[in-house]
Amino acid sequence: MSVKLTEEMLRALPDTRGHFGAYGGRFVSETLMDSLMQLETEYLKLRDNPEFQATFDKDLADYVGRPSPLYFAERLTRETGGAQIWLKREDLNHTGAHKVNNTIGQALLASFLGKKRVIAETGAGQHGVATATVCARLGLECHVFMGSEDVKRQSLNVYRMKLLGAEVHAVESGTKTLKDAMNEAMRDWVTNVDETFYIIGTVAGPHPYPMLVRDFQAVIGRETRRQSLEQAGRLPDALVACVGGGSNAIGLFYPFLTDESVAMYGVEAGGLGLSSGQHAAPLCAGRPGVLHGNRTYLMEDENGQIAGTHSVSAGLDYPGVGPEHSWLKDVGRAQYVSVTDDEALDGFRKLTRVEGIMPALESAHAVAYATKLAASMDKDQMVVINVSGRGDKDIHTIAQLDGIEI
Amino acid sequence: MSRIQSVLQALKGQGRKALIPYITAGDPHPDRTVELMHTLVEAGADIIELGVPFSDPMADGPVIQLACERALEHGTSLRQVLEMVKTFRSRDDKTAIVLMGYLNPVEAMGYEAFSDAAKAAGVDGVLTVDLPPEEAEDVAPLFAERGLDPIFLLAPTTTEDRIRAISQHSSGYIYYVSLKGVTGSAQLDVDDVAEKVSRIHALTSVPVGVGFGIRNAETAAAVGRVSDGVIVGSVLVDTIAKNQDDIEALKSSLVNLLKPMREALDELAS
Ligand SMILES: Cc1ncc(COP(=O)(O)O)c(C=O)c1O
Repeated sequence: MSVKLTEEMLRALPDTRGHFGAYGGRFVSETLMDSLMQLETEYLKLRDNPEFQATFDKDLADYVGRPSPLYFAERLTRETGGAQIWLKREDLNHTGAHKVNNTIGQALLASFLGKKRVIAETGAGQHGVATATVCARLGLECHVFMGSEDVKRQSLNVYRMKLLGAEVHAVESGTKTLKDAMNEAMRDWVTNVDETFYIIGTVAGPHPYPMLVRDFQAVIGRETRRQSLEQAGRLPDALVACVGGGSNAIGLFYPFLTDESVAMYGVEAGGLGLSSGQHAAPLCAGRPGVLHGNRTYLMEDENGQIAGTHSVSAGLDYPGVGPEHSWLKDVGRAQYVSVTDDEALDGFRKLTRVEGIMPALESAHAVAYATKLAASMDKDQMVVINVSGRGDKDIHTIAQLDGIEI
Repeated sequence: MSRIQSVLQALKGQGRKALIPYITAGDPHPDRTVELMHTLVEAGADIIELGVPFSDPMADGPVIQLACERALEHGTSLRQVLEMVKTFRSRDDKTAIVLMGYLNPVEAMGYEAFSDAAKAAGVDGVLTVDLPPEEAEDVAPLFAERGLDPIFLLAPTTTEDRIRAISQHSSGYIYYVSLKGVTGSAQLDVDDVAEKVSRIHALTSVPVGVGFGIRNAETAAAVGRVSDGVIVGSVLVDTIAKNQDDIEALKSSLVNLLKPMREALDELAS
């Protein structure tokens, strides 16, 4: 089932209470409600404020290095033997991932709101690094919450955050990964709500976060659309992006939603395989529930307890997903699929060897699915992969899997 | 009139304040919860807030987080918690019971199935921490049809407009969260609470219970003086953790904490 989306339909999403159809909303304890409503009001004002937008655009250009290139992966295309494969190079952004688009935007919001203390949750550490970076630049106090498992898996990023002046809090509760980091960030936020701005790293959380993070990341899709027309003289036939919380995917998809000819694939972490239960693929194998302030597809047990997740990639290791993706799945506008750890590792190796581009393990999920997809398509068709980040942070993990001590 | 309403009205007639202890169901073990509930009543409880354990208790501090983990290790489910209430009710039909927890276990069970089962078990009120009235439109009529009181939170950050709106969706009592923070935080400012609660009283006739930061007879009395009831959680859960291997010591530690609070509250009446 698929519906034709119109500009008008999209403008009405989310509704005034943050709903994308049955999903989204604002499910938080009362202490946070006032802050969330203020944030929404201020954001809606600033969204239409030319000075705010001009500052955002200038920062993206001069500090992040945008636009990021759209690169034709000629050799990968030849080896795959199907549709043309193009790469949207978010890995070339300052700090090495798409995450910085959002932290620039939210840090600007924090400054406009006069908040001096920033908190963030992080999984792979990319969002933590991107937050610590903008805080260093703006002179804001920065606290990053990170599951103690992830602190171990991503020690390089932990050290980067510390060098940038952030305080990294290792979270020992629950499964000690991203969801627990988010719980702890929420706890800090209710405690220090007056002076603190919470920079959420993906399109999840309570309204207005899924909306504003989407808006900040949509620069990816706007550029891709323009670059496709300029460089290839056409729109792509398919877009492929990995989905953790879903920010790089929605950023790429959003400006194409009304282009009916463009198919969209969100790639979730299949871990050891969907049937193993050891994965992080709520859209493929979960059901709707409420976590971290919104209603969305979740991984949970029959009693509504949130399930532990597994992925080789820390940035995808999350039991929920942004509510707008849940809606896009239900209306059939985007397809959600998964690839396993092993397939993602193959994707990593392939892009590294064939194109000399080392993707983040998160992005490698998109690479793995897109090469399968491209192989099944015609040679005159075009696929764009969002290379959401670079793989330097994952070299320890890869080396370990290869049995090499660095 | 609901059980919560008649309990609070009777207390009011005597000039007394409600003592509302919280424990997490299934902690330290599901087999112990019902007898601990009876112990709370013997120590002076008027209403019990029975916590439904959740894997991601975002509004709770470390003490109640660990209680949830202990309860979940024994597989305590929402259905089991409802069974505990049913068993409790076979010996006690006076004490009001409020289930307190997070929305997802209720969503997983289904709003209608939950409302039916809660009513059948003898639950009187439901407090879902992450469900503000705005998102309760679907479940509120189901509660109303069955006479389950929806208990909502007010916080130090709640504006007057919201206090009015939330009160209109509330029955039984309103839970005023005394401080900005998670459960188990200790920096209670009594003057601030007094001022906020009198503002709430001016805006609504729904009784106001105050929780967060009440640890002993002194804080209970100070808060009881300005509100209709005091909610005590983390100190009780902490003593459960410390005495989890010795049930008799556990029960007497609960009594030793609650009795002085009960007495201090009742002294306010005389
Ligand atoms: C490089 C990279 N890609 C993707 C993700 C997943 O997040 P999202 O789904 O919000 O894009 C992360 C998260 O840490 C990441 O670091």
